[in-house]
Amino acid sequence: MSALSDNLVTFAILAYLVAMIGHAVEYALGNVRTRVATAAPVRELVGAGGGGVVSKSPAPVPSSPTADRSAGRARLAGLIGVGATAVAAALHLAALVTRGLAADRMPWGNMYEFVLTVTFIGVAAWLVVLWKRQSLRKLGLFLTLVMVLLVATAELVLYVPIVPLVPALNSYWFIIHVSTIVFASGIFLLGVVPAVGFLMRNGYEQGKRSFPYTLARRMPGAAGLERLTFALHAFAFPIFTFAVIAGAIWAEAAWGRPWGWDPKETWAFISWVVYAGYLHARATPSVKRNVATWIAVLGFLTMLMNLFGVNIFFTGLHSYGGLD
Amino acid sequence: MTVVDDRPETAAPAPRRRPNRLLALLRNSWRQLTSMRTALILLFLLAIAAIPGSVLPQRGISPEKVNEYFVDHPDWAPRLDRIGAFEVFGSVWFSAIYLLLFTSLIGCITPRLRDHIRTLRSRPPGAPKRMARLPQHTVLPAPPGGAAAIAEALRKRRWRVEVRGDEVSAEKGYLKETGNLLFHTSLIAVLIGVALGSWYGWSGNRLLVAGADNAFCNTRQQYAEAKLGPQVDSADLPGFCLRLDDFEARFLASGQPEFFNATVTVDGPDEPTRRADFSVNSPLRLNDASVYLLGHGYAPVIRYTDRFGNSQISDEPFLTTGDMGLTSEGLAAFPDANVDPATGQRAPDLQMAFTGIYLPTAPEQAPFVRSQYPTERNPALNLVAYRGNLGLDAGIPGSVYQLDQRQVRAGKVKEVGTKLLRKGETWKLDDGTTVEFLGTERYVTLSIRHDPGSTMLLFSCGVLLVGLMGSLFGKRRRVFFRVVPADPGEGSPTSGSSLMEVGGLPRTDYPGFADEFTQLVAAVSGAERAGAGADSADRAGVREGAE
Repeated sequence: MSALSDNLVTFAILAYLVAMIGHAVEYALGNVRTRVATAAPVRELVGAGGGGVVSKSPAPVPSSPTADRSAGRARLAGLIGVGATAVAAALHLAALVTRGLAADRMPWGNMYEFVLTVTFIGVAAWLVVLWKRQSLRKLGLFLTLVMVLLVATAELVLYVPIVPLVPALNSYWFIIHVSTIVFASGIFLLGVVPAVGFLMRNGYEQGKRSFPYTLARRMPGAAGLERLTFALHAFAFPIFTFAVIAGAIWAEAAWGRPWGWDPKETWAFISWVVYAGYLHARATPSVKRNVATWIAVLGFLTMLMNLFGVNIFFTGLHSYGGLD
Repeated sequence: MTVVDDRPETAAPAPRRRPNRLLALLRNSWRQLTSMRTALILLFLLAIAAIPGSVLPQRGISPEKVNEYFVDHPDWAPRLDRIGAFEVFGSVWFSAIYLLLFTSLIGCITPRLRDHIRTLRSRPPGAPKRMARLPQHTVLPAPPGGAAAIAEALRKRRWRVEVRGDEVSAEKGYLKETGNLLFHTSLIAVLIGVALGSWYGWSGNRLLVAGADNAFCNTRQQYAEAKLGPQVDSADLPGFCLRLDDFEARFLASGQPEFFNATVTVDGPDEPTRRADFSVNSPLRLNDASVYLLGHGYAPVIRYTDRFGNSQISDEPFLTTGDMGLTSEGLAAFPDANVDPATGQRAPDLQMAFTGIYLPTAPEQAPFVRSQYPTERNPALNLVAYRGNLGLDAGIPGSVYQLDQRQVRAGKVKEVGTKLLRKGETWKLDDGTTVEFLGTERYVTLSIRHDPGSTMLLFSCGVLLVGLMGSLFGKRRRVFFRVVPADPGEGSPTSGSSLMEVGGLPRTDYPGFADEFTQLVAAVSGAERAGAGADSADRAGVREGAE
C-alpha cells in the first residue's frame, strides 16, 4: 500500500507536468494568435469596473481562418491542461488515501504528508473555482507550475517512510488542528496564484511591457483576479484563525500552555498578523489594491517560511518534519 | 474590514478661541495613532519584531540554549541581551508595539461602537429623489398592496424596514459591523486573558520518582524551578500532594515511543484522595492546577555500604541525554557516608559520590556508552566512584545531577575506580566499602500549572471567531422603493395599477449585490400576485444600472 502511494505520487507529478504543458501550449498558441491579429486593432481586456463581472472575454478580434484554427487548438490545449489537472488531482487524492490506509492514520504525520495534503487542497479548490469561473483557465499554467514544484519537492526532498504517530501527536486535536491548518494553507496556496497573476496583469494593464508583465498578456482581467484573491483569502483566514486557536487548545492539554512562542507558533502569529494586515489594507480605500495584494503574497511567504524554514532550520516542539 | 479613512470625524471641531498648541499636538497624535495607516504599520512592526523571537534562543523557552549562545558568540550575545533579544516577547519594544497597537485599536473602535449603536437604534434613511443615481435601480409594476405589501415582503426576508408614505427604505447586514466590532473587542479580551494568566498564574517543573518516599507536595521549595505571577504568593499555592505509583511506556521496535501513562495518588486539603491516570495530551486536572506529563526516565537505586557497615540508598533520577535508547546520566552522592556512628564525627574527606551512565539496554560489547532501546532489556550501570569532599557542605548552590567539578579540579575529590554493574551486582571498592546496583525506579518530568486566564482566553477566542466570520461575510446594503402612479403614456400591461421605482446601494464591497437586487426586486414585485406575476416581471425586465 505504501509503495502504491509512492507510485501514485509519481504519476500525479507526471499528470501535473502534462497539465502544465497543456496550459503552456495554450499560452503559446494564444500568443501566436495575438501576433496574427495585430493587423486588427488589439483590444485589451480592461478590468470590468465596479460591476465585478469577471467572465467577460475579450471582444472577438476580427481574424483570419488560420488564426481561428490556432485559437481552436489553443482552447483544446487548455482543456487538455484542465483535464490533466483533474486526473492529477484524482491520483493525488488516491496517493493520500493509500498513504493514510498504509499508516492507519490521517496522512498528516510529517512534512512530506503535510505538503502532499496542502497541495491537494490547493488543486481541489482550484478545480472548484474553475468550475464556477471557466474564464480563469489561463491561470492554470501558474497553478500547475506551483503543483509540479511543490509535489516534486515533497517527493524528492521531504520523503520519509511511514511511521506511526508519536504519543504527543496521538490526540483528536491532531485531526482538528492539522486538518484545518492544512485546509487553510491549501486555500492560501491557491490564493497566491491569482495574487501574483493580478500583480502582473495589473502592471500590464497599466502599460508596463517589461518581462514579468508581458507574461500577463493572456491572463484574465486584473479586477477579477484581485476579487478572487480577496475571496480566497477571506475564506481561508477564519479557518486559519480557528486552526491556530485549536492548536492553542491542544497545546494547553499537551504542553501545559496555550501559547509558548515556539518557533512554529511565532511564525503562525506572524502569518496571521500579515494576513490580517492584508484584509485591513484591502478594506481601506486609500491603500492601493496592488499594495494590498503584495501583502497577501508576503503572507504566503511567511507560510512557506513556517513550513520549510521552521521545520528545517529551527528546533521546537513542532518538530514533525521527520528529516534528520 | 475596517474602513477607517472615511469614518466620521471623531471629535467635533474644537472651538478656535484659544489655540492650545499642546492640546492640538495631542489631538493630532491621537488621530495619527488611531488611523488605519498607523494600525497597518504597527501590525507589520509586530510581525517583524516577532521574527528574532524565532531565530534567537529565548530564555522563556530554552534557557540552556541561551547559555550556549553566550558561549558561542561571546562578543555579540551581551549586546543582544541588552536589547532584550533573548526575551523578545517580554521586551520593552515588543510590548510597546502591541500596546500602541491596542491603543490604536481602542481609539478606532470606540467611536465606531458609538456610531454603530446609533445606527442600530436609528431607522433606515429616506429614499433618494432619483433612484437612477444608485448603483442598482429599476422600475417595475408595484404589488397590489402598495408600500405596505412591499414592506411586508421585505420584513419576511429579514430586512429592517421603514415606511414613509409611499416610500419604503430597508437595510440589511448590520451583522458585518457588529461582527467587526466583536472581533476587535475580543482581541482586547484575549490580551486581558493573557495578562490575567501571567499575573495570577503560577507554574513549576519537577521530576517525580516513583514510590511513597518520593511523594511531592505542592510548595514553592519542592520545585526545581517555579514561576509565580506577580500577584501570587508562595502561600497561595494549593497544597495537594502527588505520589507516582506506576508509569507505563510502550515503544515501537525502532524505539519510537507509542504510549505513555502515569498513575498517581492525589491527596490534599481540597482534593479527595484518589488514584488518577494521566498522559501526554490528557493532563491531570486538579481543582486549582493541572499536571502535565512532559517526560520520563530511570532513577537507578544504588546502595552504598560504608566502612562502619552503614548502608544508604540513593534513587536520584538520571537525566536522559536525548537519544532514542534513553541513555541517562546522573549522580548518586553520599555526603553522609563514613560518619562514625559511635562519635557522630563527620568525615568530610571520605564522602562518596558516583557519577554514572545508565543504559536500559546495554550493547553486548564495550563501549558501554549508548543504550540501544528505551526499555530495560539489558540494564547496565556504568559507574565512576569518587571519594573526598564533595563541596556540598559549603552552601554553594550546585546541580544535584552533576558532581561539582571545582572540587575535582582542586584535588579535593579523587576518582577511585570505574565499573560496569548489572542489576543486583555489587562492587567492592579499594577501601572495602561496597556499592550495589539494586534496580531502577521510574520517574516522570512534570509541569504543574495554574492559569486563571485560560477560561477567558478560550471564551474570547470563540467570540473572536464568530465576530470574524460576521465581519468577513456580512454585507451591508440598502434598498429603496417608491410607489408611483403608473404613467398612462407608458402603456403598462397591468392596467391602472401603480409602478415602483427601486434603487439599491451596497454599502460594502459586495460583488453579488446585482444578482441579489434582481432577485429581491422580482420577488417583491411578484409578491402576493397570482400566476401572471412572474411573467409580467419578466416582461417589465429588470434594468440593471451598471454605472
